[in-house]
Amino acid sequence: MANDFAVELREVVKLYGTMAAVDHVSMSIRHNEFFSLLGPSGCGKTTCLRMIAGFERPTSGQILIDSRIMGLTPPFQRNVNTVFQSYALFPHMTVEQNVAFGLEMKGVARAEIARRVGEALALVRLPHLAKRYPKQMSGGQQQRVALARALVNRPKVLLLDEPLGALDLKLRKEMQIELKTLQRDVGITFIYVTHDQEEALTMSDRIAVMSHGKALQIGSPLEIYERPACKFVADFIGETNFLEGRVTAINGEFATLSVGAGQTFTGRRVNGLRVGDPATLSVRPEKMQLVEHPVDGAVNTYEVTVFSIAYVGSDTRVIINLGGQRLDVWEQNSTSTLNPDDYFFKPGEKAWLTFKPENALVLAQ
Amino acid sequence: MSSETSTTIVVMGDREEIFPQEPAERPRLRPGRLALVSITLLTFAFLYVPIAILVVFSFNDARTGAVWQGFTLDWYARLFRNERLLDAALRSLIIASVSTAGSVVIGTMTALGMERYRFRSKTFWDGLLYMPVIVPEIVAGVSLLLFFAAASIERGFLTLAVSHIAFSMPFVYLTVRARLADFDLSIEEAAKDLGADEWVTFRRVTLPLLMPGIVSGALLAFTLSVDDFIISFFVTGRGWDTLPIYIWSALKRGVTPEVNAVSAMLLLFSATLVVASLILQRRRAY
Repeated sequence: MANDFAVELREVVKLYGTMAAVDHVSMSIRHNEFFSLLGPSGCGKTTCLRMIAGFERPTSGQILIDSRIMGLTPPFQRNVNTVFQSYALFPHMTVEQNVAFGLEMKGVARAEIARRVGEALALVRLPHLAKRYPKQMSGGQQQRVALARALVNRPKVLLLDEPLGALDLKLRKEMQIELKTLQRDVGITFIYVTHDQEEALTMSDRIAVMSHGKALQIGSPLEIYERPACKFVADFIGETNFLEGRVTAINGEFATLSVGAGQTFTGRRVNGLRVGDPATLSVRPEKMQLVEHPVDGAVNTYEVTVFSIAYVGSDTRVIINLGGQRLDVWEQNSTSTLNPDDYFFKPGEKAWLTFKPENALVLAQ
Repeated sequence: MSSETSTTIVVMGDREEIFPQEPAERPRLRPGRLALVSITLLTFAFLYVPIAILVVFSFNDARTGAVWQGFTLDWYARLFRNERLLDAALRSLIIASVSTAGSVVIGTMTALGMERYRFRSKTFWDGLLYMPVIVPEIVAGVSLLLFFAAASIERGFLTLAVSHIAFSMPFVYLTVRARLADFDLSIEEAAKDLGADEWVTFRRVTLPLLMPGIVSGALLAFTLSVDDFIISFFVTGRGWDTLPIYIWSALKRGVTPEVNAVSAMLLLFSATLVVASLILQRRRAY
């Protein structure tokens, strides 16, 4: 039981002066999990990572690694290793010496060091560059050396602080897949800090979405995207439309919201809302449809005016006007045609917007 | 978008008119250019001609006077037979070694402290470390003399060494500080993350990366110590005349080619160290 988690944060607080960089964060990271801390800059994600590594001390609360309370344990006595955003390779050592450093510190025998350094470099596909100095390598290669230098120690947990931040988009995408595969192969818990939601969704088993020092929601990519717990998460992950109003009716797991001039919308209810509460309906652009005629018997069907359309290849992004509110609707381009008229809505035309209640969420304000 | 593009084209068109291609052949010496070249040459002449004369006359085959009599290495040969001069040179080297060692340790530690820690009025304390730049040497010399007298410290090796550390330490501080300015602190964190404690991190990571700065500062400190006359003159004691003090006292008996020769050697020595120091400062970190 006690060994269920690789890393645990219990009510961790980090104050800088009076400002709470991390505000009562609790999370439990499982063994062999790819866990991401996701949020905008200044949300406290890097501070959390640095506290796990031991570079910062929590003002209050506890951090456990492998069920051991860390307390004042210095970084060099923790069974975790870090891949830094700037890579932080030792510029005066060769790749080989960089990777061997951690093993040397542990007093591993020379022959064993040579063997494991070789393995680690093979793992990141850089054995041919062992004698190079960091400055003689590209950013992507340095990144991999940093990864090998951390992994060669076989830590319980690998901490990664925006490791792909400095790479160009194409290399990033490649490295995302590579990292995920690597994590599965080596079977080490990864805690990954990023502000890139797509990166987090692609790689993670679970994600903690952070804002202003708080962990707002912890869940799988599917849960985070499909069932955001609050407005911030719904807005931060992917695209969404918000309609603000007041709850007028509750029916099982659904809530009906009255917006402005009396239009009502129904969606999944979260957060234990009650009738009369102010609330926000969140519906993602790809979960709505535009049709030519009203749909009989549908709960959410509204007459709208098309404001603009943009063809982006995989889909057509339509902005519509619904009683003065602008909403984004993405229609997938499931047929191939060169005739612009086949995308049958044009700016200024009337259309009907519809979506199923189970595809929308009613969130607390 | 399209308006932006057209703007760019207009600018490029204008540029052709504003900056027509320079004619291939320029008049070689326009009046302004002539003045510039002359002033430049005069400046360098002003700086180096006296030194050149000193060096040239150290090879002059004549006991006195500023008339060239022929080439000789005799004055240099004499230097190496002059026991008093050699003793003074040895004392200079001892003082320079001790004061360099002292200023390297103190200067490096000061630089690390000033770089790492935040505290009140840091700029003020940083400014104070520029002491030798601000305080005239004569003032430093007199004040040190008064201090040692007040503290009843006998003048000699100790007072010389302490004074030399005081004026050369800031140069080590400055060169190490410059090195630290482009030092990525996460490198030290990486070392600790990989299991190195504070001391091992310093020895294996911080120190090697600071080394060019430290060595460059040490070379400057050594040069300054060997060259110093004014402060040394005030704080030295019996039996501890350094080379510059010896030269000065030799001058009282007149400018001999022997003095020229020893000065020329001191010049060569200092120039070598300063150039080495500059080369090390220029060298980027790996």
